[in-house]
Amino acid sequence: MAEHGNSGGQDLQVSFSTNPGKYKHWRLTFDGELATLAMDVDEEGGLGAYVLKQNSYDLGVDVELWDAIERLRFEHPEVKAVVVTGLKDKVFCSGANIFMLGLSSHAFKVNFCKFTNETRLGIEDASSTSGLKFLAALNGTAAGGGYELALACDEILLLDDANSAVSFPEVPLLGVLPGTGGLTRITDKRKVRRDLCDAFSTVAEGIKGKRAVEWRLVDHLSPKSKWAETVKAKALALSTQSTRPGLAAQGQGVTLTDLDVKVDGFAFSYRYVTLVVDPKKRTAEITLKAPVTKEPTKNSRDKGADLWALRCYRELDDAILRLRTQFLEVGLITFRTEGRRDFLLEAEATLLQQVNDGDWFAHEVLQHMKRVLKRVDMTAKTLLCLVEPGSCWAGSFADLLLFADRSYVLDDSGADEPATITLTPLSDGRLPTGNGLTRLQTRFWGDDAAQAKLRPFVAESRPIDGAQAEKLGVVTFVRDDIDYPDEVRLFVEERTSLSPDALTGMEQNLRWPGPETMETRIFGRLSAWQNWIFTRPNATGEKGALSLYGKPDRPTFDMRRT
Amino acid sequence: MVATISNDKIPNNVHLSDDKRLQRALEQWQPNFLSWWKDMGPEGFQEKGVYLRTAVSVDTDGWAVFDHVKMPDYRWGIFLTEPEKDRRIPFGDHYGQPVWQDVPGEHRNSLRRLIVTQGDTEPASVEQQRLLAQTAPSLYDMRNLFQVNVEEGRHLWAMVYLLHSYFGKDGREEADELLQRRSGNVDKPRILTTFNEPISDWLSFFMFTTFTDRDGKYQLKSLAESGFDPLSRTCKFMLTEEAHHMFVGQTSVRRVIKRACELMKEHSTDDLRPHGGVDLRLVQKYINFWYTASLDLFGNEISSNAAAYFAAGLKGRSDEHKYDDHVARDGTYAMDVLAGDTIHKETIPLRNAMNEVLRDDYVRDCESVLSKWNAETRDQGIDFQFKLPSRRFHRKVGQWSEAKFDLAGHAISEAEWDQQKDSWLPTEAERAYVHSLMKQVIEPGKMANWIAPPARGVNDQALEYEYVKL
Repeated sequence: MAEHGNSGGQDLQVSFSTNPGKYKHWRLTFDGELATLAMDVDEEGGLGAYVLKQNSYDLGVDVELWDAIERLRFEHPEVKAVVVTGLKDKVFCSGANIFMLGLSSHAFKVNFCKFTNETRLGIEDASSTSGLKFLAALNGTAAGGGYELALACDEILLLDDANSAVSFPEVPLLGVLPGTGGLTRITDKRKVRRDLCDAFSTVAEGIKGKRAVEWRLVDHLSPKSKWAETVKAKALALSTQSTRPGLAAQGQGVTLTDLDVKVDGFAFSYRYVTLVVDPKKRTAEITLKAPVTKEPTKNSRDKGADLWALRCYRELDDAILRLRTQFLEVGLITFRTEGRRDFLLEAEATLLQQVNDGDWFAHEVLQHMKRVLKRVDMTAKTLLCLVEPGSCWAGSFADLLLFADRSYVLDDSGADEPATITLTPLSDGRLPTGNGLTRLQTRFWGDDAAQAKLRPFVAESRPIDGAQAEKLGVVTFVRDDIDYPDEVRLFVEERTSLSPDALTGMEQNLRWPGPETMETRIFGRLSAWQNWIFTRPNATGEKGALSLYGKPDRPTFDMRRT
Repeated sequence: MVATISNDKIPNNVHLSDDKRLQRALEQWQPNFLSWWKDMGPEGFQEKGVYLRTAVSVDTDGWAVFDHVKMPDYRWGIFLTEPEKDRRIPFGDHYGQPVWQDVPGEHRNSLRRLIVTQGDTEPASVEQQRLLAQTAPSLYDMRNLFQVNVEEGRHLWAMVYLLHSYFGKDGREEADELLQRRSGNVDKPRILTTFNEPISDWLSFFMFTTFTDRDGKYQLKSLAESGFDPLSRTCKFMLTEEAHHMFVGQTSVRRVIKRACELMKEHSTDDLRPHGGVDLRLVQKYINFWYTASLDLFGNEISSNAAAYFAAGLKGRSDEHKYDDHVARDGTYAMDVLAGDTIHKETIPLRNAMNEVLRDDYVRDCESVLSKWNAETRDQGIDFQFKLPSRRFHRKVGQWSEAKFDLAGHAISEAEWDQQKDSWLPTEAERAYVHSLMKQVIEPGKMANWIAPPARGVNDQALEYEYVKL
């Protein structure tokens, strides 16, 4: 399929840095322990040459949603429940903008879907881990991605006016799937019977009113005359399930200040993260730094957004998103770490202590760390970690190492600070990956003996040297100073010469052995089915349904089932 | 067979007595329809005998039988024009193929949506007009109102017939919901916004039947072209009745104009308020309002739905036969497009412009109506010409709704709009004045002061005929 269109490719400048003062598409308002996040898409405010009609969205709209949810978690501990609603008449949200999808390159579409998936999962994470509850108040029809957004909320309230419906028009109208978790959430989360899901997903105009409740597609209905009071009552009821501090924490929020990044050609320098891209070699290097000075050992909140654990991971998040959207051809990321291991271990131990003491802010910082690491896991680029003398593979950084597709240790016994790895209790349950297991469990899936051998090192945060690391299986290969440079170079060159599609498929297969969760199923199905359909002529060929949507011609299908 | 569902009670040409499926559906629906009619039909006149025309068959002597009938006893029938032999799909991708006698599965949802949207307007207008009879300017006009109302009811039956016969259980549920939605009800509003505004004065009613029912005419004409033959035949028959509604509108506005001219001459003034008339400038303001509100009903200028309906052979252009290219896949339409502050011509794929094509036909038709009204002022020797405003003026739907335009279609600022709108559209005070004129006149043959008598009575009856037995 041809890669064309301004909204795809590397030319598109997507900024992930925003704040409520700059939002074009959402209104965030507060009322005590309730917040309202209202969608009001600026039709002309899209990232590309299309009009965002009927509250349809593109990546720019979703970046604001993501930002709003992060800010609700950090800046508004008083909020217990969020009402997600719309400000347009008759339509809550009509889903991803079709013309945007039609104009986008395949790679861009996939990145877009992946980010929206991560944002939807972020809503569910806020509910399950932080007790921030979400009510989807559908004041009009919720179609496609609009209903998928509602599905990510804890409860769904639908306007009962004989018109407003929830729908998945993707299959009948566009020849693609409701791929932002839609098909997975209706079965796994809402427990809609599978044959009813089939019926629902093939009727373009959707299901409304009583039947939507009977089929469990929504939880409640409200007539228009009682709308405002019903929304408030349902949101208040949800807020009673919240474990957040509520009004007691009013004013304690921590403002997520802008990240300061210096750009010099293809080098991006943050405070604790540097990203250097080599477009010719199609590689990137990310270096993560431990705290430069000692972090506070109590009252971390006083340091606000400058707290190392928050700042460093926000920067890593930004770097990964930048790589995904601006450098599609980069196929491999080399991770390095540096800095004071003792500062890092102390900072993380302090954080963990505060989490255990019930501090809401420390909890949010840890959950954020978890989400960013998941974003790295989910990146369609080879992850290579290099453990070299002077590096700082300790604590949460070591989780990256455990999950890398490949890792190499430079075992230089003559070095001043030989390479070591320090796993901490943080890796033993606090930072699960998408399958619900720790990276440690995932790495050693099915090998209880190997896990048992590592446990003492984890419990005591005991450094592991190169030779031990290979034996314990926490790295792939250990090489001496004579072999190391060449072997790493060869690996990188070989890796970047292989088919990027085959690599993505292979890596995603191998990263999550073992059990499936709704989360892995959502991403797995996006990668497998939706992406397959997106590249098939029946969707995106000249006569495909997605290509022809809104055009005078009608699609012609290749009817052979595959 | 159940007694209520019989050829005798429900005149039809669809073999109702042999159609078990339709009988079963109507058995349930018909009592609900009657109770809807009693609740939402003309208020206060259900037990009165009204001189109504009933269609009892589709041939020339059957489609217009006149008699005094109590409205709840009206025989709402189901009629389709007779099938055309070897009819072919007249447009779109299936052009030239035999028409469908059953709903093609592929187009089931689209067709149902089209039928439900059309069907919803029929009971809606009855609901909008339910209080009007209490201020009727004459028995003749009151009877016309009721005739329009029962025929809107029959049009509802026609759409319900299609839903019941061709769309299974879903169709039956949609038919039920047509009776559950209510014009202007905040919880269950009618689908289209225009049909949620009450019509509380007769000048508005006459404007509605002139302009809004004329939108209905063009919607029906485009559906009459449909490749789904039962829809096509149903709409063709409805058009014969719709013509009467427009006759009511067009001739009645003309009578208002005529009366205004008489009063102007009598009192040598164009300010008719002291004399209980509706002055011509106010008539023009009502035209400005109702014409543009009706333009909205054609939908967006550039529409992917319209393109899909045309491509699929579901909804065509009015009088499709007058065009050369019935596939219209490569055709284009040069359209004025609003981009920011400027208007420029853009070439739009013809299929995506089908709403605008239909609107063009409508605009031309409305111009011919105005020429008749202008003939009246000319005949009366009054120097006043009515004019249709630009189609950009006062729009709530489509691209022109995004900015403000004057009567000539020039873009103006919000401030200019606020300053001038009272000289273009009826003000609250003017609406109140029109309301103040609305007093019931029930003496046979007598007319309210603000309207001239019609040229002739209904069905060759005298003007003094007792059209409604009160």
